[in-house]
Amino acid sequence: MFLPVLLGALINLNGSGRYIHWGFIQISVANFVVIILMIVVFVLAILLPFPRRKRDGQ
Amino acid sequence: MSIDTGVPAHAPAHASAPEESRQWTARMRHAAESAFPPDQLLPDRQPAYMASWIYVFGVLTVVSLAWVIITGCILAIMGPSWWHVSSTGHFVNSLHLWSVEAFFFFMVIHLWGKFFMAAWRGNRRLTWATGVISFLVSVGAAFTGYLSQQNFDSQWISTQAKDGINSTGAGSVFNVLNFGQMLMWHIVLLPIGIAIIAGLHVLLVRRHGIVPPFAVGDDDAAAVTPATTTAPAGEPA
Repeated sequence: MFLPVLLGALINLNGSGRYIHWGFIQISVANFVVIILMIVVFVLAILLPFPRRKRDGQ
Repeated sequence: MSIDTGVPAHAPAHASAPEESRQWTARMRHAAESAFPPDQLLPDRQPAYMASWIYVFGVLTVVSLAWVIITGCILAIMGPSWWHVSSTGHFVNSLHLWSVEAFFFFMVIHLWGKFFMAAWRGNRRLTWATGVISFLVSVGAAFTGYLSQQNFDSQWISTQAKDGINSTGAGSVFNVLNFGQMLMWHIVLLPIGIAIIAGLHVLLVRRHGIVPPFAVGDDDAAAVTPATTTAPAGEPA
């Protein structure tokens, strides 16, 4: 029960959605955060080295 | 009791083999074995350039799709009175939602990676095309899923969507205000479509191999297939 309460305290999902307005562009904060996360993960997937298994004798 | 088949008891089992090769089952079997040899269908070695995080998002998408289907089947078995009321039903319903979120999250990163690799190179046009089609069908499945929530959110989305869809003329056969029709599209037609197209997509990846990075070069890429490489999966050469 502790974790849901903690997460609920950090992010209140019960209210109405919040939106970003930029000219003719309108996007919800939730969708904006997801898109930013996807870009971050995409860049990290390219930059981070893939773990390599050490062979015997090396 | 014995049955007289007309075949002598001493006749060998392969006596009719030449005729079998003309049967459609035999021709299909030979075609399948030729198109997808077992070592190519389930390889244990992959090209060395696959050792990159950008190559993991395809399988993450497939795993997410498996969770979507599993949780969707549980919801279908238990019914709306369960997923709307009980705590376990809420949990599985949430699992269904979040596995869809993960599915699109990973699929879009997979799409970005393949787009910037020009993954249609090396006679992989059909692989790219089936990926695009499965993405579009998935959008339809997610849309009809939103319409099947049975809450104010689904009412709002359907009433907003009806004007756009009606303006295309599709509203006569695809009525977003018809809950039963949208639920059937969501749990029958579109999942079947995604399963078939995504399955074909994976088979084509096995058939043509994963696309190499540009640095390898198209000529080298044409020579590199999963069957000719030396690096075990996950271990660079």
